[in-house]
Amino acid sequence: MSPEAIPPAGRIARSGGWFTIAFMAPFLLYVTAFLILPTLMLLATAFLGKHGLTLHYVRSLGEGQTVVAFRNSIELSAMAAFVGIVVGGLTAYFVLLPGMPRGLRSLVTTFGAVAANFAGVPLAFAFIATLGSLGIITVWLKLIGINLYGSGFTLYSLPGLVLVYAYFQIPLMVIVITPALEALRREWREAAENLGASAWDYWRHVGLPILLPSLLSAYILLFGNAFSAYATPYALTSGIVALVPVAISNVLSGNVMVSQQTGAALALGMIGVMVVVMGIYALIARRVGRWVKR
Amino acid sequence: MMAGDFTPDRRTVLKLAAAGSTAALLPAIGHAAGISSALIKAAKHEGGLNTIALPPDWANYGEIISTFEKKYGIPIKNAAPDDTSAEELQSIRSMRGQSRGPDVVDVGLSFALVGARQGLFKPYKVSTWSTIPASMKDPAGLWYGDYFGLISFGVNMSVAKTAPQSWADLKKPAYKGMVALNGSPLGAGAAFAGVFAAALANGGSLDNIMPGIEFFADLAKRGNFDPSAATSASLVSGQTPVVINWDYLNLAQAKKSKAMTKIDTIISADAKPYGAFYCQAISKFAPHPKAAELWQEFIYSDEGQLLYLKGFAHPARFSAMAKAGAIPASLMAELPPAKPYGEALFATIEQTKKAQAALTENWSKMVKA
Repeated sequence: MSPEAIPPAGRIARSGGWFTIAFMAPFLLYVTAFLILPTLMLLATAFLGKHGLTLHYVRSLGEGQTVVAFRNSIELSAMAAFVGIVVGGLTAYFVLLPGMPRGLRSLVTTFGAVAANFAGVPLAFAFIATLGSLGIITVWLKLIGINLYGSGFTLYSLPGLVLVYAYFQIPLMVIVITPALEALRREWREAAENLGASAWDYWRHVGLPILLPSLLSAYILLFGNAFSAYATPYALTSGIVALVPVAISNVLSGNVMVSQQTGAALALGMIGVMVVVMGIYALIARRVGRWVKR
Repeated sequence: MMAGDFTPDRRTVLKLAAAGSTAALLPAIGHAAGISSALIKAAKHEGGLNTIALPPDWANYGEIISTFEKKYGIPIKNAAPDDTSAEELQSIRSMRGQSRGPDVVDVGLSFALVGARQGLFKPYKVSTWSTIPASMKDPAGLWYGDYFGLISFGVNMSVAKTAPQSWADLKKPAYKGMVALNGSPLGAGAAFAGVFAAALANGGSLDNIMPGIEFFADLAKRGNFDPSAATSASLVSGQTPVVINWDYLNLAQAKKSKAMTKIDTIISADAKPYGAFYCQAISKFAPHPKAAELWQEFIYSDEGQLLYLKGFAHPARFSAMAKAGAIPASLMAELPPAKPYGEALFATIEQTKKAQAALTENWSKMVKA
């Protein structure tokens, strides 16, 4: 975060020689076996038909339903990541404020660690039981005169999914952003205030620019987290909201229409989306990086 | 041709219950005599049988296997109980010529057709061949349906109070937010069949699944369709009180959770029911060909067929056996009424593919909860 004099990583690596290799080799092997090889396999599967090379499956990515699935997935992930960043970031900020009670912080981090990992079928059913069309909260609200479903809300839609995703996105954001917030030194703020900066000036010119790289990486993480979520949306909507991970499972492990190649092509599409997102991130991060170095 | 002739004389089917009670008094005689002692001897001589992908708690295969072993003293090696149909065919191909290759397989219809086309099966006609409905067997004897199920409503009675009797009933306000499938019809077999069944009840046909999609779109608009993916747990706990699923799964679940809640299994009365069946076949490269034949004779005998029925899977010869009064009344009493089982419609591969294309195109577009 802060541009202090950390020795460049390269020097350590060179000084270690075989020692570094001994520690890096298992990791590289692991990455090769579980990331690079499967990706290459995907690539091969997506382009290999019954009779040699084919563009048939990759071209099928342009079909109506697939385009809808990608659009839904991207919209959902972008919104769910945004909600996570804003709500999670503010939560972490307020918890870290100097005046807050001591126990609050450990309470929030502990709860966050649990909630960030609470996903899949149990999460879906927890929401159905509370906010489903017969859920407890839905029924209570109806008793006091608020008709949720009558006013257009439904859990089984994109906005509904954003709400459900928020349950694991916000805690994840709290966990990943807390260290970055802690690194903001109080002296910086005091210095800014001594020079006559308002709270807005401080955040606009000091706080947010320093936090920006962390916020960006957090956004990528949350985006990817939502983009790949499968069990939760499947259990919740059984496919009436078309999403890419659900579409992949339909053709890969479903027993209605099995087509490994289509699955591979869809997965390649997902990788493509992530590459674009990370590319944008890299561009912005470089600009931000220039600022930090100065 | 598939759907055509699986329709036995309706009057005789209606007489089932009465016939069943007589049968309980008489031991099932029927076809035990059909198995020749020469075949039994030859099978015993081979000393074993390799089956594959038969889960013990599915269609009562556990008991079927142990009964066969005890009866003929031939040990069964059941490989990979949870394999899929595709993997069964792959085993025939890859273990060709090996003593541990599968002798017999139990595969879905589409895979039976693939296996027949690729020459993986050896034709055989059991002695009860003539009583297997023509729509459920290959004329040359390469494969033959062993058991089938129908789409049914599993109803948690403590939540739903009264069980819906027809597809039209599902639209009633009383079932608001209650009706669920077991997943996406684009991925889960029973959900796919559920939409097909709804089509048959709403002016569609095996060639036209659209009315089924429209039915669910309407159900969703009324707020009756709960798009969450139902599981046996959500049926028992009442989160999804009305689950559209295979009858044998709903019936087995009802029996299992009898102590917790009452679950009724209803086959809709207002349409021909939609069914699907599994197929038996003998591997062309069976290391124990005679034992494989004996296995087929056994599971297509009255005894074997009743074992399937005990696991709530309707055996292929159900209608013929019911007609002959070979089904004990106690067993009949645990099942839904017999009539729809004689009227089931089965989709062909072409019809299935057509329906899939229509579903892919329209399901998420039309059904909005």
